[in-house]
Amino acid sequence: MSDEMLNEEGNVQRTKKFMYVNRKAPYGTVYALESLEVVLIGAAFEQDVSVAFIDDGVYQLTKGQNTTDIGMKNFSPTYAALGDYEVTKIYVEKESLEKRGLTVDDLQHLVWEDEDEDYAEKDSIKVVSAEELGQIFADQDIMLNF
Amino acid sequence: MALEVDGKSYETDEEGYLADLSQWTQPIAVALAKSENLDMTDSHWEVVNFLRSYYEEYQIAPAVRVLTKAIGKKLGKDKGNSKYLYELFPYGPAKQACKIAGLPKPTGCV
Amino acid sequence: MSILHTINKSPFEKDSFQTCLRYAKAGSSILLIEDAVYAAREGTDVSDAVKAAIQDKSVFVLLPDLDARGLNSNLINGVQSVDYAGFVKLTTENDTVQSWL
Repeated sequence: MSDEMLNEEGNVQRTKKFMYVNRKAPYGTVYALESLEVVLIGAAFEQDVSVAFIDDGVYQLTKGQNTTDIGMKNFSPTYAALGDYEVTKIYVEKESLEKRGLTVDDLQHLVWEDEDEDYAEKDSIKVVSAEELGQIFADQDIMLNF
Repeated sequence: MALEVDGKSYETDEEGYLADLSQWTQPIAVALAKSENLDMTDSHWEVVNFLRSYYEEYQIAPAVRVLTKAIGKKLGKDKGNSKYLYELFPYGPAKQACKIAGLPKPTGCV
Repeated sequence: MSILHTINKSPFEKDSFQTCLRYAKAGSSILLIEDAVYAAREGTDVSDAVKAAIQDKSVFVLLPDLDARGLNSNLINGVQSVDYAGFVKLTTENDTVQSWL
């Protein structure tokens, strides 16, 4: 299920597969922002992290968010930092997009830089069906829902 | 708490971080550095300015691991290591440099 | 008596939207705010219900909430955008406000 690595003492340590599942729209409730903060904090522990956006969670990734007139902090630019935090597997459920009249073009273009390939930019977002995502869920060690 | 710079008072939190990051100026940075017993050199400014532009783009202060890597990419491998950054900011590059840059405490600062 | 109905929940998450449509009478006004603004977009699973409502009711959407969510494009024809001043005007033009939470 997951890779083994050596920790500082030279002991074998299993990295765990973490999946964060986001199902809420941003701004209306605090779930989306809380989840993003937990993902960023959790990334410090160098585990194998994936993030999924399903149901209203897909709204978190829409581009062009401008919160000036609602007096709240626009945290959508922070999703673009996920690559820096080595969070490179971002799954968006196809059915949830379709139900909401959205395509991947309505979402931010999120990338990560592959250090091993001279910082080549690679896409982070994968649009997957519910069935495919279910398979990915089944392969995780820890699931966190927001 | 408050920070006095050129006769003006700026609000800070209990750890000395600037309350309103839009108030930040270079003299404020120098005063914040002084409160950390640091003299700002060009090398310090390089990191502080980098942090401010990172915050501008992503709306977060990067964790130290992210900062180290990003500095290495932007300013060269010789600067993208924690030894270099800790020499500049002995009490933690993320924590101290963010404070001087007028940013909130980094997300994921553990 | 005229009623302004406000909805602030996503139509995909809560049934506030459907219940409001069930109760709102012809001639009344419906204002979508906060997460309810997602209902204003064309091509969603609820856009037919919104279009049906527009036939005999006025449907408004709060622009600052749309902007915040990055969805100020591809709106359903006939849904009217209002700013905060427009929101206030709607509340004064109607006798009462019913908030579907």
